[in-house]
Amino acid sequence: MSEHIVSPRVYIVIFASLMLGTAITIWAAFQNFGKFNIVIALAIATIKATLVVLYFMHARYSPKRTQLVIVCSVFWLAIMLALTLADYDTRPHEGRLASANTCYHA
Amino acid sequence: MHRTGDLYGHFQTLEQQKETATLGMWIFLVTEVLFFGGLFLTYTINRSAFSTAFGIGSNTLDITLGAGNTVVLIMSSLTMAMAVWSAQVGKKKLVSIFLIATLGLGTVFLGVKAIEYKQKFDHHLVPGRSFDMKYHPTHPMPGDDPKELALEKKEVEEAFAHDPDINAHGQLYFSLYFGMTGLHALHMIVGAGLLLWLIKGSFAGRFTPQYNTPVEIVGLYWHFVDIVWIYLFPLLYLIDRHR
Repeated sequence: MSEHIVSPRVYIVIFASLMLGTAITIWAAFQNFGKFNIVIALAIATIKATLVVLYFMHARYSPKRTQLVIVCSVFWLAIMLALTLADYDTRPHEGRLASANTCYHA
Repeated sequence: MHRTGDLYGHFQTLEQQKETATLGMWIFLVTEVLFFGGLFLTYTINRSAFSTAFGIGSNTLDITLGAGNTVVLIMSSLTMAMAVWSAQVGKKKLVSIFLIATLGLGTVFLGVKAIEYKQKFDHHLVPGRSFDMKYHPTHPMPGDDPKELALEKKEVEEAFAHDPDINAHGQLYFSLYFGMTGLHALHMIVGAGLLLWLIKGSFAGRFTPQYNTPVEIVGLYWHFVDIVWIYLFPLLYLIDRHR
């Protein structure tokens, strides 16, 4: 493998995109999209994070082995988030995380 | 350990050595993703259970300082990336300059964070005995925006009428706020230490197109800390602004 040097031009374009993303996040936070405010905020954050990983952290030009490790981290995170949230979402609760007499000591 | 120049004995080429180091750093970052992931998960669950208290807590944060810090941190990522580039093309002076710029921006970030923490102490918003969400709206500080304050007062009063436990739930928000931003700041402090070590090396002219692994590796760490903030900023500061 010969080393890939990312040029300053690419870095500056990515930096500008990140700034634009920050501006859009702030603007969107003050609009009322109802349920979708949080979705929009997380979507923009994820796009920004992806740009940082691909270009600033050179993941795009890294060996396949390194890319596999990166994808794994996202996959494991997804398992943790999905299974835990599925658990909380399917338990009955009113204004608390789980009602006192639910489930825990079966 | 046997070593020829920068090449350790158990590697065949500098390139192989760098690839290995990069892979190792990424594996460490995977553990960091899961570590911060657990905190984000805790935040998400509590936020959905106590959304009123979390909304009020979030609205007390200073959006200008938060957004400013986001810009500062992303800029520091740019200067870090430029330091890596300078090393790769052999511009030794530029390596030092960009590393110092990165450290400077990191320090600005931490300074702003300290101002924000101080404000929370002044407003009785630090979890503990004197925590009271009613305190700030009834005790205005110099420099407060009266419109913001009136809005906060109305929000807090409505919330208390509806849920007398709101102070307990507010403490949950601020515990997570201090926990998550505190751990992020701790990572920044570690990063600042690493940058000092790199700056020392760059003054000695250690980083060249053949050997720049330390700059690349610390860069990965620094960008990761930036990513954590990219998520923290909207989740902590912006969740309930469309009131």
